[in-house]
Amino acid sequence: MNALMREWQRYTPAERFGRWAAYFIIVLALVWAVRGIEIIPEFLTDAPEQMLDLLARMWPPDLGHYHPAVHQALIETLHIASLGTLFSFIFAVPLALMAARNICPYAGLNALAQLLLVTSRSVNSLVWALIFVAIFGPGAAAGTFAIAFRSIGFVGKLLAEALEEISPGPLEALRATGATNSHVILKGAWPQVAPAFWGVALFRWDINIRESAVLGLVGAGGIGVVLDDAINFFQWDRVATILLAILVIVILAEIIVTKLRARLI
Amino acid sequence: MTNGAVMQGLVIRNLVKEYVPGTPVLRGINLTIAAQGITAIIGPSGTGKSTLLRCINQLVEPTQGEIRLNGEDLVPLKGRALRLARRRIGMVFQEYNLVERLSVMENVLSGRLGYVSFWRAWLRRYAEEDIARAFELLEAVGLPEQATRRADALSGGQRQRVGIARALMQRPELLLADEPTSSLDPRTAIEIMELMTGLATSARIPLVVNIHNVDLARRFAQRVIGMAGGEIVFDGPPEKLEASHLRQIYGGEDWL
Repeated sequence: MNALMREWQRYTPAERFGRWAAYFIIVLALVWAVRGIEIIPEFLTDAPEQMLDLLARMWPPDLGHYHPAVHQALIETLHIASLGTLFSFIFAVPLALMAARNICPYAGLNALAQLLLVTSRSVNSLVWALIFVAIFGPGAAAGTFAIAFRSIGFVGKLLAEALEEISPGPLEALRATGATNSHVILKGAWPQVAPAFWGVALFRWDINIRESAVLGLVGAGGIGVVLDDAINFFQWDRVATILLAILVIVILAEIIVTKLRARLI
Repeated sequence: MTNGAVMQGLVIRNLVKEYVPGTPVLRGINLTIAAQGITAIIGPSGTGKSTLLRCINQLVEPTQGEIRLNGEDLVPLKGRALRLARRRIGMVFQEYNLVERLSVMENVLSGRLGYVSFWRAWLRRYAEEDIARAFELLEAVGLPEQATRRADALSGGQRQRVGIARALMQRPELLLADEPTSSLDPRTAIEIMELMTGLATSARIPLVVNIHNVDLARRFAQRVIGMAGGEIVFDGPPEKLEASHLRQIYGGEDWL
Protein backbone atom coordinates (compact mmCIF):
# COMPACT_ATOMS: atom_id res chain seq x y z
CA MET A 1 0.00 0.00 0.00
CA ASN A 2 2.72 2.38 1.02
CA ALA A 3 4.52 1.85 -2.24
CA LEU A 4 1.62 3.46 -4.09
CA MET A 5 1.65 6.53 -1.87
CA ARG A 6 5.23 7.50 -2.76
CA GLU A 7 5.70 11.11 -3.66
CA TRP A 8 8.64 12.76 -5.27
CA GLN A 9 9.75 16.30 -4.66
CA ARG A 10 12.93 17.87 -5.93
CA TYR A 11 13.71 19.71 -2.70
CA THR A 12 13.05 18.92 0.93
CA PRO A 13 11.24 21.66 2.91
CA ALA A 14 14.55 22.64 4.51
CA GLU A 15 16.20 22.97 1.10
CA ARG A 16 13.24 25.06 -0.14
CA PHE A 17 13.56 27.38 2.82
CA GLY A 18 17.30 27.66 2.19
CA ARG A 19 16.74 28.62 -1.44
CA TRP A 20 14.23 31.34 -0.55
CA ALA A 21 16.59 32.64 2.11
CA ALA A 22 19.39 32.81 -0.50
CA TYR A 23 17.17 34.75 -2.95
CA PHE A 24 16.18 37.14 -0.15
CA ILE A 25 19.81 37.78 0.75
CA ILE A 26 20.71 38.44 -2.89
CA VAL A 27 17.91 41.03 -3.23
CA LEU A 28 18.96 42.62 0.06
CA ALA A 29 22.57 42.85 -1.12
CA LEU A 30 21.44 44.40 -4.41
CA VAL A 31 19.39 47.10 -2.66
CA TRP A 32 22.27 47.84 -0.32
CA ALA A 33 24.70 48.11 -3.25
CA VAL A 34 22.46 50.46 -5.25
CA ARG A 35 22.05 52.72 -2.20
CA GLY A 36 25.80 52.54 -1.65
CA ILE A 37 26.85 53.93 -5.02
CA GLU A 38 24.81 57.10 -4.39
CA ILE A 39 23.44 57.82 -7.83
CA ILE A 40 22.58 61.51 -8.04
CA PRO A 41 19.21 61.71 -9.91
CA GLU A 42 20.07 64.95 -11.70
CA PHE A 43 23.24 63.42 -13.13
CA LEU A 44 21.31 60.34 -14.20
CA THR A 45 18.65 62.30 -16.08
CA ASP A 46 21.07 64.41 -18.09
CA ALA A 47 23.44 61.49 -18.77
CA PRO A 48 22.20 60.96 -22.36
CA GLU A 49 22.69 64.65 -23.04
CA GLN A 50 26.21 64.57 -21.61
CA MET A 51 27.08 61.52 -23.62
CA LEU A 52 25.88 63.06 -26.86
CA ASP A 53 27.91 66.17 -26.05
CA LEU A 54 31.01 64.05 -25.47
CA LEU A 55 30.48 62.18 -28.74
CA ALA A 56 30.06 65.48 -30.58
CA ARG A 57 33.38 66.69 -29.18
CA MET A 58 35.03 63.44 -30.21
CA TRP A 59 33.75 63.69 -33.77
CA PRO A 60 35.59 63.90 -36.06
CA PRO A 61 38.59 62.09 -34.53
CA ASP A 62 41.87 63.93 -34.89
CA LEU A 63 43.49 61.24 -37.06
CA GLY A 64 46.46 63.53 -37.71
CA HIS A 65 47.41 63.01 -34.08
CA TYR A 66 47.99 59.30 -34.75
CA HIS A 67 51.46 59.76 -36.17
CA PRO A 68 53.87 59.75 -34.44
CA ALA A 69 52.66 60.14 -30.84
CA VAL A 70 49.88 57.52 -30.70
CA HIS A 71 51.69 55.13 -33.01
CA GLN A 72 54.80 55.04 -30.84
CA ALA A 73 52.73 54.61 -27.69
CA LEU A 74 50.83 51.77 -29.36
CA ILE A 75 54.05 49.98 -30.29
CA GLU A 76 55.24 50.44 -26.71
CA THR A 77 51.98 48.89 -25.49
CA LEU A 78 52.58 45.86 -27.71
CA HIS A 79 56.11 45.54 -26.35
CA ILE A 80 54.84 45.73 -22.76
CA ALA A 81 52.18 43.07 -23.39
CA SER A 82 54.48 40.67 -25.27
CA LEU A 83 57.53 40.98 -23.03
CA GLY A 84 55.35 40.86 -19.92
CA THR A 85 53.67 37.67 -21.10
CA LEU A 86 57.05 36.13 -21.94
CA PHE A 87 58.56 37.09 -18.56
CA SER A 88 55.59 35.61 -16.74
CA PHE A 89 56.46 32.13 -18.12
CA ILE A 90 59.79 32.19 -16.26
CA PHE A 91 57.92 32.03 -12.96
CA ALA A 92 54.60 30.56 -14.08
CA VAL A 93 56.02 27.30 -15.48
CA PRO A 94 58.09 26.30 -12.41
CA LEU A 95 55.27 27.36 -10.08
CA ALA A 96 52.76 25.32 -12.09
CA LEU A 97 55.03 22.25 -11.87
CA MET A 98 55.33 22.84 -8.13
CA ALA A 99 51.57 23.30 -7.71
CA ALA A 100 50.53 20.17 -9.67
CA ARG A 101 50.08 17.37 -7.15
CA ASN A 102 50.83 14.61 -9.66
CA ILE A 103 54.18 16.21 -10.61
CA CYS A 104 55.35 17.47 -7.21
CA PRO A 105 54.49 15.02 -4.43
CA TYR A 106 55.20 17.39 -1.53
CA ALA A 107 51.99 18.88 -0.11
CA GLY A 108 53.91 21.78 1.47
CA LEU A 109 55.38 22.87 -1.87
CA ASN A 110 51.97 22.47 -3.57
CA ALA A 111 50.45 24.84 -1.01
CA LEU A 112 53.32 27.33 -1.29
CA ALA A 113 53.02 27.42 -5.08
CA GLN A 114 49.24 27.83 -4.87
CA LEU A 115 49.69 30.69 -2.41
CA LEU A 116 52.15 32.49 -4.70
CA LEU A 117 49.86 31.99 -7.70
CA VAL A 118 46.85 33.32 -5.80
CA THR A 119 48.87 36.31 -4.60
CA SER A 120 49.83 37.15 -8.15
CA ARG A 121 46.21 36.95 -9.27
CA SER A 122 44.65 38.78 -6.35
CA VAL A 123 46.60 41.95 -7.13
CA ASN A 124 45.20 43.86 -10.10
CA SER A 125 47.52 44.86 -12.94
CA LEU A 126 47.01 48.52 -12.07
CA VAL A 127 48.07 47.90 -8.47
CA TRP A 128 51.11 45.94 -9.64
CA ALA A 129 51.85 48.89 -11.96
CA LEU A 130 51.67 51.37 -9.05
CA ILE A 131 54.13 49.20 -7.11
CA PHE A 132 56.57 48.91 -10.01
CA VAL A 133 56.30 52.61 -10.87
CA ALA A 134 57.43 53.22 -7.30
CA ILE A 135 60.34 50.81 -7.81
CA PHE A 136 61.51 51.56 -11.38
CA GLY A 137 60.02 55.00 -11.81
CA PRO A 138 57.42 55.78 -14.50
CA GLY A 139 57.83 54.08 -17.87
CA ALA A 140 57.47 50.90 -19.87
CA ALA A 141 59.68 48.81 -17.54
CA ALA A 142 57.16 49.21 -14.72
CA GLY A 143 54.34 48.27 -17.12
CA THR A 144 56.17 45.16 -18.33
CA PHE A 145 56.73 43.92 -14.79
CA ALA A 146 53.16 44.70 -13.81
CA ILE A 147 51.87 42.63 -16.73
CA ALA A 148 54.33 39.81 -15.96
CA PHE A 149 53.46 39.60 -12.27
CA ARG A 150 49.73 39.65 -12.90
CA SER A 151 50.07 36.96 -15.61
CA ILE A 152 52.08 34.53 -13.46
CA GLY A 153 49.01 33.60 -11.42
CA PHE A 154 46.77 33.24 -14.44
CA VAL A 155 49.13 31.17 -16.61
CA GLY A 156 50.46 29.20 -13.61
CA LYS A 157 47.05 28.23 -12.27
CA LEU A 158 45.67 27.11 -15.62
CA LEU A 159 48.88 25.23 -16.48
CA ALA A 160 48.84 23.49 -13.09
CA GLU A 161 45.25 22.40 -13.69
CA ALA A 162 46.15 21.09 -17.14
CA LEU A 163 49.09 19.19 -15.61
CA GLU A 164 46.87 17.56 -13.00
CA GLU A 165 44.57 16.27 -15.71
CA ILE A 166 47.18 14.48 -17.82
CA SER A 167 47.10 10.72 -18.14
CA PRO A 168 49.48 9.08 -15.63
CA GLY A 169 50.19 6.03 -17.83
CA PRO A 170 52.89 7.55 -20.06
CA LEU A 171 54.63 9.04 -17.01
CA GLU A 172 54.70 5.60 -15.39
CA ALA A 173 56.06 4.06 -18.58
CA LEU A 174 58.89 6.58 -18.83
CA ARG A 175 59.73 6.18 -15.15
CA ALA A 176 59.95 2.42 -15.79
CA THR A 177 62.67 3.00 -18.41
CA GLY A 178 64.91 4.53 -15.74
CA ALA A 179 64.29 8.15 -16.77
CA THR A 180 64.82 10.94 -14.25
CA ASN A 181 61.95 13.13 -13.08
CA SER A 182 63.05 15.94 -15.37
CA HIS A 183 63.03 13.53 -18.34
CA VAL A 184 59.56 12.32 -17.34
CA ILE A 185 58.27 15.90 -17.23
CA LEU A 186 59.97 16.78 -20.53
CA LYS A 187 58.91 13.73 -22.54
CA GLY A 188 55.80 12.55 -20.68
CA ALA A 189 54.07 15.58 -19.18
CA TRP A 190 55.03 18.42 -21.51
CA PRO A 191 53.74 16.83 -24.74
CA GLN A 192 50.43 16.24 -22.98
CA VAL A 193 50.02 19.84 -21.75
CA ALA A 194 51.66 21.67 -24.67
CA PRO A 195 48.36 22.51 -26.45
CA ALA A 196 46.81 23.76 -23.20
CA PHE A 197 49.92 25.80 -22.44
CA TRP A 198 50.00 27.55 -25.81
CA GLY A 199 46.27 28.14 -25.62
CA VAL A 200 46.63 29.77 -22.20
CA ALA A 201 49.70 31.77 -23.23
CA LEU A 202 48.00 33.20 -26.32
CA PHE A 203 44.85 34.00 -24.38
CA ARG A 204 46.90 35.80 -21.75
CA TRP A 205 48.79 37.77 -24.42
CA ASP A 206 45.44 38.83 -25.81
CA ILE A 207 44.27 39.98 -22.34
CA ASN A 208 47.60 41.69 -21.70
CA ILE A 209 47.28 43.86 -24.81
CA ARG A 210 44.00 45.18 -23.41
CA GLU A 211 45.39 45.55 -19.89
CA SER A 212 48.59 47.30 -20.93
CA ALA A 213 46.46 49.91 -22.71
CA VAL A 214 45.31 51.25 -19.33
CA LEU A 215 48.60 50.92 -17.43
CA GLY A 216 49.66 54.34 -18.72
CA LEU A 217 46.96 55.90 -16.54
CA VAL A 218 49.24 55.26 -13.55
CA GLY A 219 52.40 56.15 -15.45
CA ALA A 220 53.51 52.65 -16.45
CA GLY A 221 54.07 53.46 -20.12
CA GLY A 222 52.20 52.57 -23.27
CA ILE A 223 49.18 54.08 -24.95
CA GLY A 224 47.52 54.84 -21.61
CA VAL A 225 49.96 57.73 -21.12
CA VAL A 226 48.82 59.55 -24.27
CA LEU A 227 45.19 58.71 -23.43
CA ASP A 228 45.60 60.22 -19.98
CA ASP A 229 47.22 63.35 -21.42
CA ALA A 230 44.48 63.83 -24.02
CA ILE A 231 41.74 63.44 -21.41
CA ASN A 232 43.44 65.85 -19.01
CA PHE A 233 43.63 68.51 -21.75
CA PHE A 234 40.02 67.82 -22.87
CA GLN A 235 41.27 66.97 -26.38
CA TRP A 236 38.33 64.70 -27.06
CA ASP A 237 39.04 64.37 -30.79
CA ARG A 238 42.46 62.94 -29.87
CA VAL A 239 40.86 60.69 -27.26
CA ALA A 240 38.66 59.32 -30.04
CA THR A 241 41.72 58.56 -32.20
CA ILE A 242 43.41 56.74 -29.33
CA LEU A 243 40.31 54.69 -28.49
CA LEU A 244 39.99 53.72 -32.16
CA ALA A 245 43.65 52.68 -32.23
CA ILE A 246 43.13 50.50 -29.14
CA LEU A 247 40.02 48.94 -30.68
CA VAL A 248 41.89 48.11 -33.90
CA ILE A 249 44.86 46.56 -32.08
CA VAL A 250 42.59 44.48 -29.82
CA ILE A 251 40.68 43.14 -32.83
CA LEU A 252 43.95 42.36 -34.64
CA ALA A 253 45.27 40.53 -31.56
CA GLU A 254 42.06 38.54 -31.38
CA ILE A 255 42.36 37.51 -35.04
CA ILE A 256 46.03 36.54 -34.67
CA VAL A 257 45.36 34.52 -31.51
CA THR A 258 42.46 32.65 -33.09
CA LYS A 259 44.54 31.74 -36.14
CA LEU A 260 47.59 30.69 -34.13
CA ARG A 261 45.55 28.63 -31.71
CA ALA A 262 43.92 26.72 -34.55
CA ARG A 263 47.39 25.89 -35.89
CA LEU A 264 49.03 24.94 -32.59
CA ILE A 265 46.41 22.58 -31.22
CA MET B 1 77.35 -11.42 -5.10
CA THR B 2 77.61 -12.84 -1.60
CA ASN B 3 78.10 -16.55 -2.01
CA GLY B 4 80.60 -16.52 -4.83
CA ALA B 5 78.43 -17.53 -7.80
CA VAL B 6 75.96 -14.87 -8.93
CA MET B 7 72.41 -16.18 -9.12
CA GLN B 8 71.25 -15.45 -12.66
CA GLY B 9 67.67 -14.50 -13.42
CA LEU B 10 65.09 -13.10 -11.06
CA VAL B 11 64.80 -14.25 -7.46
CA ILE B 12 61.94 -13.00 -5.32
CA ARG B 13 61.95 -13.87 -1.63
CA ASN B 14 59.17 -13.31 0.87
CA LEU B 15 57.75 -10.32 -1.02
CA VAL B 16 54.98 -8.52 0.87
CA LYS B 17 53.10 -5.44 -0.29
CA GLU B 18 50.54 -3.62 1.82
CA TYR B 19 48.97 -0.48 0.32
CA VAL B 20 47.02 -0.15 3.57
CA PRO B 21 48.94 -1.35 6.62
CA GLY B 22 47.55 -4.67 7.84
CA THR B 23 45.88 -5.69 4.56
CA PRO B 24 48.55 -7.29 2.39
CA VAL B 25 47.95 -7.50 -1.36
CA LEU B 26 50.96 -9.79 -1.75
CA ARG B 27 51.42 -12.26 1.11
CA GLY B 28 55.01 -13.42 1.00
CA ILE B 29 55.73 -14.30 -2.63
CA ASN B 30 58.66 -16.64 -3.28
CA LEU B 31 59.55 -17.05 -6.91
CA THR B 32 62.63 -17.82 -8.98
CA ILE B 33 62.60 -17.07 -12.67
CA ALA B 34 65.37 -18.41 -14.86
CA ALA B 35 67.53 -16.20 -17.03
CA GLN B 36 65.48 -17.18 -20.08
CA GLY B 37 61.98 -18.37 -20.89
CA ILE B 38 58.40 -17.23 -20.91
CA THR B 39 56.49 -17.15 -17.62
CA ALA B 40 52.77 -16.34 -17.52
CA ILE B 41 51.05 -15.20 -14.34
CA ILE B 42 47.33 -15.88 -14.26
CA GLY B 43 44.76 -15.06 -11.63
CA PRO B 44 41.58 -13.09 -11.00
CA SER B 45 41.51 -9.31 -11.07
CA GLY B 46 42.66 -7.69 -7.85
CA THR B 47 44.80 -10.62 -6.76
CA GLY B 48 48.06 -8.69 -6.94
CA LYS B 49 49.45 -9.66 -10.35
CA SER B 50 50.01 -6.06 -11.41
CA THR B 51 51.38 -5.19 -7.99
CA LEU B 52 53.84 -8.08 -8.21
CA LEU B 53 55.09 -6.91 -11.60
CA ARG B 54 55.33 -3.28 -10.46
CA CYS B 55 57.25 -4.29 -7.35
CA ILE B 56 59.93 -5.80 -9.57
CA ASN B 57 60.79 -2.45 -11.20
CA GLN B 58 59.74 -0.52 -8.10
CA LEU B 59 56.94 1.44 -9.70
CA VAL B 60 55.32 0.15 -6.53
CA GLU B 61 57.50 0.09 -3.43
CA PRO B 62 57.47 -3.32 -1.71
CA THR B 63 56.64 -3.38 1.99
CA GLN B 64 59.19 -6.10 2.66
CA GLY B 65 61.12 -8.82 0.92
CA GLU B 66 63.91 -9.21 -1.54
CA ILE B 67 63.96 -8.99 -5.33
CA ARG B 68 67.24 -9.97 -6.92
CA LEU B 69 67.88 -9.41 -10.62
CA ASN B 70 71.03 -11.23 -11.72
CA GLY B 71 72.23 -11.11 -8.12
CA GLU B 72 71.49 -7.51 -7.15
CA ASP B 73 68.74 -6.77 -4.63
CA LEU B 74 66.52 -4.03 -6.09
CA VAL B 75 64.35 -3.36 -3.03
CA PRO B 76 66.75 -1.10 -1.08
CA LEU B 77 67.67 0.95 -4.16
CA LYS B 78 66.79 4.65 -4.25
CA GLY B 79 67.41 7.60 -6.54
CA ARG B 80 70.11 7.12 -9.14
CA ALA B 81 70.83 3.50 -8.26
CA LEU B 82 67.14 2.69 -8.71
CA ARG B 83 67.05 4.43 -12.09
CA LEU B 84 70.11 2.47 -13.23
CA ALA B 85 68.34 -0.74 -12.17
CA ARG B 86 65.14 0.23 -13.99
CA ARG B 87 67.11 0.70 -17.21
CA ARG B 88 67.76 -3.06 -17.10
CA ILE B 89 64.04 -3.92 -16.94
CA GLY B 90 61.69 -3.31 -19.88
CA MET B 91 57.94 -3.06 -19.35
CA VAL B 92 54.93 -3.35 -21.63
CA PHE B 93 51.57 -2.01 -20.42
CA GLN B 94 47.92 -2.89 -20.92
CA GLU B 95 46.99 0.62 -22.08
CA TYR B 96 50.24 0.89 -24.11
CA ASN B 97 51.13 4.09 -22.18
CA LEU B 98 52.61 5.78 -25.23
CA VAL B 99 53.00 9.55 -25.28
CA GLU B 100 50.16 10.18 -27.70
CA ARG B 101 51.30 13.47 -29.18
CA LEU B 102 54.84 12.31 -29.93
CA SER B 103 55.86 10.43 -33.05
CA VAL B 104 56.33 6.68 -33.07
CA MET B 105 60.08 7.22 -33.37
CA GLU B 106 60.23 9.44 -30.30
CA ASN B 107 58.18 6.96 -28.33
CA VAL B 108 60.60 4.18 -29.22
CA LEU B 109 63.62 6.39 -28.47
CA SER B 110 62.16 7.28 -25.08
CA GLY B 111 63.21 3.77 -24.09
CA ARG B 112 66.72 5.27 -23.99
CA LEU B 113 65.79 8.17 -21.70
CA GLY B 114 67.74 6.54 -18.88
CA TYR B 115 70.88 6.95 -20.97
CA VAL B 116 70.60 10.42 -22.54
CA SER B 117 71.10 13.77 -20.85
CA PHE B 118 68.20 16.15 -20.32
CA TRP B 119 69.51 18.59 -22.94
CA ARG B 120 70.06 15.94 -25.56
CA ALA B 121 66.53 14.66 -24.95
CA TRP B 122 65.18 18.19 -25.19
CA LEU B 123 66.99 18.93 -28.43
CA ARG B 124 66.14 15.42 -29.67
CA ARG B 125 69.84 14.72 -30.24
CA TYR B 126 69.73 10.98 -29.74
CA ALA B 127 72.82 8.92 -30.53
CA GLU B 128 73.14 7.64 -34.11
CA GLU B 129 73.27 4.05 -32.95
CA ASP B 130 70.11 4.54 -30.89
CA ILE B 131 68.26 5.83 -33.92
CA ALA B 132 69.58 2.93 -36.01
CA ARG B 133 68.44 0.48 -33.34
CA ALA B 134 65.03 2.14 -33.15
CA PHE B 135 64.58 1.63 -36.90
CA GLU B 136 65.64 -2.01 -36.54
CA LEU B 137 63.14 -2.53 -33.75
CA LEU B 138 60.35 -0.86 -35.70
CA GLU B 139 61.12 -3.28 -38.48
CA ALA B 140 61.14 -6.19 -36.04
CA VAL B 141 57.73 -5.27 -34.64
CA GLY B 142 56.32 -4.83 -38.13
CA LEU B 143 56.03 -1.03 -38.31
CA PRO B 144 58.89 -0.12 -40.67
CA GLU B 145 57.01 2.73 -42.38
CA GLN B 146 55.40 4.31 -39.33
CA ALA B 147 58.35 6.09 -37.68
CA THR B 148 57.12 9.63 -38.29
CA ARG B 149 53.43 9.06 -37.55
CA ARG B 150 52.01 10.36 -34.32
CA ALA B 151 51.28 7.65 -31.77
CA ASP B 152 47.62 8.69 -31.48
CA ALA B 153 47.14 7.92 -35.17
CA LEU B 154 47.87 4.21 -34.65
CA SER B 155 45.50 1.31 -33.95
CA GLY B 156 45.60 -0.54 -30.63
CA GLY B 157 47.69 -3.39 -32.01
CA GLN B 158 50.12 -0.97 -33.64
CA ARG B 159 50.44 0.99 -30.41
CA GLN B 160 51.29 -2.13 -28.46
CA ARG B 161 53.96 -2.93 -31.06
CA VAL B 162 55.46 0.49 -30.39
CA GLY B 163 55.23 -0.25 -26.65
CA ILE B 164 57.21 -3.46 -27.19
CA ALA B 165 59.81 -1.66 -29.31
CA ARG B 166 60.19 0.99 -26.58
CA ALA B 167 60.76 -1.67 -23.92
CA LEU B 168 63.33 -3.51 -26.06
CA MET B 169 65.06 -0.22 -26.85
CA GLN B 170 66.39 -0.41 -23.28
CA ARG B 171 68.25 -3.65 -24.15
CA PRO B 172 66.69 -5.01 -20.97
CA GLU B 173 67.85 -8.02 -18.98
CA LEU B 174 64.24 -8.76 -18.12
CA LEU B 175 60.98 -7.97 -19.89
CA LEU B 176 57.76 -7.47 -17.93
CA ALA B 177 54.33 -7.25 -19.55
CA ASP B 178 51.23 -6.28 -17.59
CA GLU B 179 48.10 -7.54 -19.38
CA PRO B 180 49.61 -6.63 -22.77
CA THR B 181 46.71 -8.09 -24.75
CA SER B 182 43.67 -7.23 -22.62
CA SER B 183 42.74 -4.19 -24.70
CA LEU B 184 43.12 -6.00 -28.02
CA ASP B 185 40.89 -8.18 -30.18
CA PRO B 186 41.59 -11.97 -30.07
CA ARG B 187 43.54 -12.13 -33.31
CA THR B 188 45.69 -9.09 -32.53
CA ALA B 189 46.22 -10.47 -29.03
CA ILE B 190 47.75 -13.63 -30.47
CA GLU B 191 49.90 -11.64 -32.90
CA ILE B 192 51.18 -9.47 -30.07
CA MET B 193 51.95 -12.51 -27.89
CA GLU B 194 53.77 -14.19 -30.78
CA LEU B 195 55.79 -11.07 -31.43
CA MET B 196 56.68 -10.45 -27.80
CA THR B 197 57.60 -14.03 -26.95
CA GLY B 198 59.60 -14.31 -30.18
CA LEU B 199 61.57 -11.15 -29.54
CA ALA B 200 62.23 -12.04 -25.89
CA THR B 201 63.45 -15.48 -26.92
CA SER B 202 65.78 -14.17 -29.60
CA ALA B 203 67.11 -11.52 -27.19
CA ARG B 204 67.68 -14.36 -24.68
CA ILE B 205 65.91 -12.52 -21.90
CA PRO B 206 63.19 -13.80 -19.58
CA LEU B 207 59.65 -12.54 -20.14
CA VAL B 208 57.16 -12.37 -17.30
CA VAL B 209 53.66 -11.66 -18.53
CA ASN B 210 50.46 -11.08 -16.56
CA ILE B 211 47.58 -12.40 -18.57
CA HIS B 212 43.85 -12.88 -18.11
CA ASN B 213 43.45 -15.30 -20.97
CA VAL B 214 44.30 -18.82 -19.77
CA ASP B 215 44.43 -20.19 -23.32
CA LEU B 216 47.03 -17.61 -24.34
CA ALA B 217 49.03 -18.44 -21.20
CA ARG B 218 48.98 -22.15 -22.06
CA ARG B 219 49.88 -21.51 -25.67
CA PHE B 220 52.83 -19.18 -25.21
CA ALA B 221 54.32 -19.82 -21.77
CA GLN B 222 56.73 -22.53 -20.69
CA ARG B 223 55.72 -21.94 -17.12
CA VAL B 224 52.42 -20.84 -15.63
CA ILE B 225 52.05 -19.27 -12.21
CA GLY B 226 48.56 -19.11 -10.75
CA MET B 227 47.84 -16.50 -8.12
CA ALA B 228 44.87 -16.18 -5.80
CA GLY B 229 44.44 -13.96 -2.77
CA GLY B 230 47.95 -12.54 -3.01
CA GLU B 231 49.62 -15.95 -2.98
CA ILE B 232 51.01 -18.38 -5.53
CA VAL B 233 48.71 -21.39 -5.69
CA PHE B 234 50.01 -23.04 -8.85
CA ASP B 235 53.47 -23.15 -10.38
CA GLY B 236 54.27 -25.49 -13.22
CA PRO B 237 54.31 -26.14 -16.95
CA PRO B 238 51.08 -25.44 -18.84
CA GLU B 239 50.42 -29.19 -19.39
CA LYS B 240 50.05 -29.63 -15.65
CA LEU B 241 47.47 -26.87 -15.33
CA GLU B 242 44.13 -28.67 -14.80
CA ALA B 243 40.56 -27.73 -14.09
CA SER B 244 41.09 -28.31 -10.38
CA HIS B 245 43.85 -25.69 -10.40
CA LEU B 246 41.70 -23.19 -12.28
CA ARG B 247 38.95 -23.75 -9.72
CA GLN B 248 41.44 -22.98 -7.00
CA ILE B 249 42.72 -19.88 -8.79
CA TYR B 250 39.49 -18.32 -9.95
CA GLY B 251 36.95 -19.97 -7.61
CA GLY B 252 33.63 -21.56 -8.62
CA GLU B 253 33.28 -24.03 -11.46
CA ASP B 254 30.22 -23.07 -13.50
CA TRP B 255 32.43 -21.13 -15.91
CA LEU B 256 34.77 -24.01 -16.68
